[in-house]
Amino acid sequence: MNKILFLFVQRKESQHKNQIESKMKILIPFCFGVSFLLITSFFSSHDTKDDNTVMVMNFEQLRPLLQKNNDTVYLINFWATWCAPCVKEIPYFEQLGEKYRDKKIKIVMVSLDFPNQLHTKLIPFIKKEEMRNEVILLDDPRSNRWIPLVDEAWTGAIPATLIYGNGFRKFYQKEFTFEELAETILPLLSD
Amino acid sequence: MKKLCFILSVFALSVIALNAQPIAVGETAPSFTLKNIDGTTVALSDYANEKGVFVIFSCNPCPYVQAYEERMIRLHQEFAPQGIPVVLINPNDPVSQPADSFDEMKKRAAERNYPFPYLADDVQQIYPAYGASRTPEVFLLKNKGDGSFVVTYTGTIDDNYQNESAVEEHYAANAARSLLDGKDPDPSTTKAIGCGIKAKK
Repeated sequence: MNKILFLFVQRKESQHKNQIESKMKILIPFCFGVSFLLITSFFSSHDTKDDNTVMVMNFEQLRPLLQKNNDTVYLINFWATWCAPCVKEIPYFEQLGEKYRDKKIKIVMVSLDFPNQLHTKLIPFIKKEEMRNEVILLDDPRSNRWIPLVDEAWTGAIPATLIYGNGFRKFYQKEFTFEELAETILPLLSD
Repeated sequence: MKKLCFILSVFALSVIALNAQPIAVGETAPSFTLKNIDGTTVALSDYANEKGVFVIFSCNPCPYVQAYEERMIRLHQEFAPQGIPVVLINPNDPVSQPADSFDEMKKRAAERNYPFPYLADDVQQIYPAYGASRTPEVFLLKNKGDGSFVVTYTGTIDDNYQNESAVEEHYAANAARSLLDGKDPDPSTTKAIGCGIKAKK
């Protein structure tokens, strides 16, 4: 009887062991997977939030940003690191973002740098200039299709800025000074 | 009221800024006489025996120009023998952009073996007359045969600055072929990202 019981227990144990082993077989890759996801998500969130580096998108992906309908004022600036007047006005957009940090204002800097220079030019530039506004790299060479969708009057020259929100919408193919930007924005901000 | 004033003044400013539109297709091309890098002067009237001219506003440092430089040369090589040569005009103020000085223009043209004239619009009267706003910007002019030229195409060279092998629409070349066939180009106007022209301060 004891012997039978012993055998039974042994079998139970070995079954249990098998179960654990098979569970481990699933669990180990699962754990690896989860930790991989955690690590990558940590790094990617680290990228966009802390380093303020760059989202790359085509025009269809960018387009919703040009037609939001809420109580926020949007400034969408088209620029590139190689465009001297664009580079000159970047600090003004930074100052504006800083000054109206508590207001409902969203500044997005849409870079038209060459996509193959993302890591060699654009990201180093953003770090050097300590840009805090969001930067998007628009990777869409078919500009004849999308330029008129930003604004019919845009010839494609940069710098150019779209300002909209609270019933206002205007496209500027020009270089701004800080005063001009502030004067444009101020009446649009709700308290 | 103050708010309204602000909005109105912003509107006024933007109207001024948006003035820079290219001359309309079908209009007479403004004539020019400009200094070439070889020391001669080149005038639009010098092309009286050609079927047309590609006037391209261009410059030295703009990455979009550089991306299209080879294609501008090939445009000339393909169409000059057929009666539509290319002429480059640099509209930038060399004081605000020293990389576009006359000497730098000479250097660039020599390095890249420009087969066409490279003219300096340093007085900055020609590019506003054409309503050019960026480099590169193409104007295809058709010789009317009465001493005047008419604009038949304005815009970009093709639809992919990044990758020539992915080009689907050869706008400028197609416009030239239309001109040679006696047809109107379609499209007759295109848009492209380019470097804003540097005006004198």
